[in-house]
Amino acid sequence: MNWAFYLIAALTVAGGLAAVLLKNTVHCALALTVAFAGLALFFLQLDAQFAGFAQILVYIGAVAILIVFAILLTRGSETPKGSVFSRNWLAGLAIAAGVFAVLGWAVLHSASVLPHETAAPTVTVLQIGNALMGRYVLPLEIVALLLTAALIGAVIVALHEKEGSR
Amino acid sequence: MLGEGILKGMAETAKNFFGSYVSAERMTTVEYPEQRLAPIEATRDFPFLVYDGADWEAGLRCVACQICEKECPPKCIFIEKSKDKKPDAVGKPQFYPARFDIDISVCMSCQICVEVCPFEAIKMDTEFELSTTDRFGGLLLDRKQLAKSDEYYHRIHPIEAGEVDARLAHGKVKTEARTTAVAIASAIKGAEVPAKSEGGGD
Amino acid sequence: MIETMDQIFVLLQHWLMGLLPAALQPVAGVVLGVVAIVCLFPALFALTTVFERKGLARIQNRIGPNRVGPLGILQPVADGIKSLIKEDIVPLCADGVVHFLAPLLLVVAVFMGFAVLPMGRNMVLVDMDAGLLFFFAMGASTELSVFMAGWSSRNKYSLLGAMRAVAQMISYEVPLLMSSLSVVMIAGSLSLTKIVEAQNHYTWGLPHWYIFTPWGLAGFLTYAIATTAETNRSPFDLPEGESELVAGYHTEYSGFKFALFFLGEYLAMFSISGLGTTLFLGGWSAPFSFLGWVPSWFWFFSKMMLSIFVFIWMRGTLPRLRQDQLMNFAWKFVLPLTLVNLMVTVLWRFLGDGWQRWVFCSAILIVAYAGIGLAGMRRGHFGPRRYLYAE
Repeated sequence: MNWAFYLIAALTVAGGLAAVLLKNTVHCALALTVAFAGLALFFLQLDAQFAGFAQILVYIGAVAILIVFAILLTRGSETPKGSVFSRNWLAGLAIAAGVFAVLGWAVLHSASVLPHETAAPTVTVLQIGNALMGRYVLPLEIVALLLTAALIGAVIVALHEKEGSR
Repeated sequence: MLGEGILKGMAETAKNFFGSYVSAERMTTVEYPEQRLAPIEATRDFPFLVYDGADWEAGLRCVACQICEKECPPKCIFIEKSKDKKPDAVGKPQFYPARFDIDISVCMSCQICVEVCPFEAIKMDTEFELSTTDRFGGLLLDRKQLAKSDEYYHRIHPIEAGEVDARLAHGKVKTEARTTAVAIASAIKGAEVPAKSEGGGD
Repeated sequence: MIETMDQIFVLLQHWLMGLLPAALQPVAGVVLGVVAIVCLFPALFALTTVFERKGLARIQNRIGPNRVGPLGILQPVADGIKSLIKEDIVPLCADGVVHFLAPLLLVVAVFMGFAVLPMGRNMVLVDMDAGLLFFFAMGASTELSVFMAGWSSRNKYSLLGAMRAVAQMISYEVPLLMSSLSVVMIAGSLSLTKIVEAQNHYTWGLPHWYIFTPWGLAGFLTYAIATTAETNRSPFDLPEGESELVAGYHTEYSGFKFALFFLGEYLAMFSISGLGTTLFLGGWSAPFSFLGWVPSWFWFFSKMMLSIFVFIWMRGTLPRLRQDQLMNFAWKFVLPLTLVNLMVTVLWRFLGDGWQRWVFCSAILIVAYAGIGLAGMRRGHFGPRRYLYAE
């Protein structure tokens, strides 16, 4: 099913490129959403159902909306006066190439280390749940603490504004 | 108790829903144009000219005094006086309107023309289905379209027509009494001075 | 005979698949299912528009549409023709691509949700292990399309309406997920077919539907409130009621695109009531065991249409909620209630069978309902107004 992989890859890369190259910031956010959808399709193609649907639910349903709200509430929604390309594009290109090389080496190196498996193991939601509550319970609780802190911070920021206006 | 109001509201709407199928007084919809509501006594739409008797030209009460034309706020009445006279309801020769047009696209049904007419000649009609495809000429009603009989007036506004008839009859009695008094007076004068010629009516 | 009637659509699908060569059969099977869904639910949508108008009319003591066809049944045909032949006006400075894609995205996302609903025995289009999660993922995509519609119109009021709609949908997403979480806990699976099968048992002729348990009833009520808010349905229809007053997020849409928004909203209502019947009302299982001879798809659709009727009833009864009342309600009442419900579900599961769990769970839920109702929904005391800039 290689053609599926290449198609989804093309979609994701196109979305990512559009997210950086488009002029209008909200268009960039929507293109980023397309890239998220491409990632979700990758997960689904690898039979990781939970990860794929969670990606759609969380990234497209919440994070994309958050990004769009952030763009609208600041002045990012105006079209930029200058060009989208920054002046130090050469340095940026070099850094991006370096990061890509490191990531590529890590991925290819790990592929040769892992045993070759012809059949992908079916990971059910039950196994994910057991792992979260068993082996990875500490990271889960720390993430929950982080989210609670963010929630309290948001409430305080909003509350502060209300009191500041009096 | 939270949610009580919602339940009471839902019970009320359910009663409405099922009640609308069974009870006639809930469903007050009149399905126009198959069914129509009977107009009440004071219904008014656009004016019309009243004529007595069978011939609309001869019996038209309007004497083209042009008071309604002058009093009409949006100036939707257009009257042209005739050159000759014809006898009116009491027999006196009067002018009559050669042209009496009302533009019902302008008329606002204020009834001022009815209130100021001294001859009970113009009254309010109840006809409202006057749609036409001709936006200008079709909405300019002329004398023939406006003339409707006194029987029609009795049909649409019975109480008002009764009062108008009483007023007209009373006026006729008064005029006749005055005519008779003048005739008697001039007859007495004529007996004293036979040379004087008899005058007509007032 | 009963079996045949029950499985008649499945048998029809297999027969049609058999007419094609073996290589094309799986694709053909799926395509047939998709065609069936795409034809059936818009037809139901058309019927529902007439029912809604006539139902609302009867609630308001008047006759609904009755001119087109007997009892106004053909009114959606007239509406459809009207929306197709109307001029498609796009504002000059509107964002053309996003303006065009927004209703498309909405309708596509909503149609995808139908793929996991079990509409009868063996009648689910795609039987996924994480079916419930897929459904909610598709529901989350509709929020994005609402925002796209509001922003691309380049209209202040559209944008405000879209922001309010998105805020409303996000706020009620959490209670929605939490109320279905209790069902998942008890059924032990995210797959919708397994959830229905877990409810398909009978004790003394009465079914084991989750709505007949204390946590199920509370869950169903919060689910109903959350879904009414998610689909922008009265009394939570401020985003679209605003379009009667000022403008909503679909104000710059005319003709067929507006019809697509309308279609999307009603289809979302269908799919979410379908999910509600699957989770709480037992899906395609019959109410009493002696009624098992009636086809399963009949039960599913009649329960779904019953939910739709309750939606219409609510629309005719309740006034619209203001934005701040709506948000207060979500965060201060519905969300705490769903959290309590989750804990009560845990208690239910671990107390084991018996009358104790009924009493305890019901008591806790009633106390929580009354307590949160009194505490969370207290009216704020407004003092005399202070005008900052007028003094």
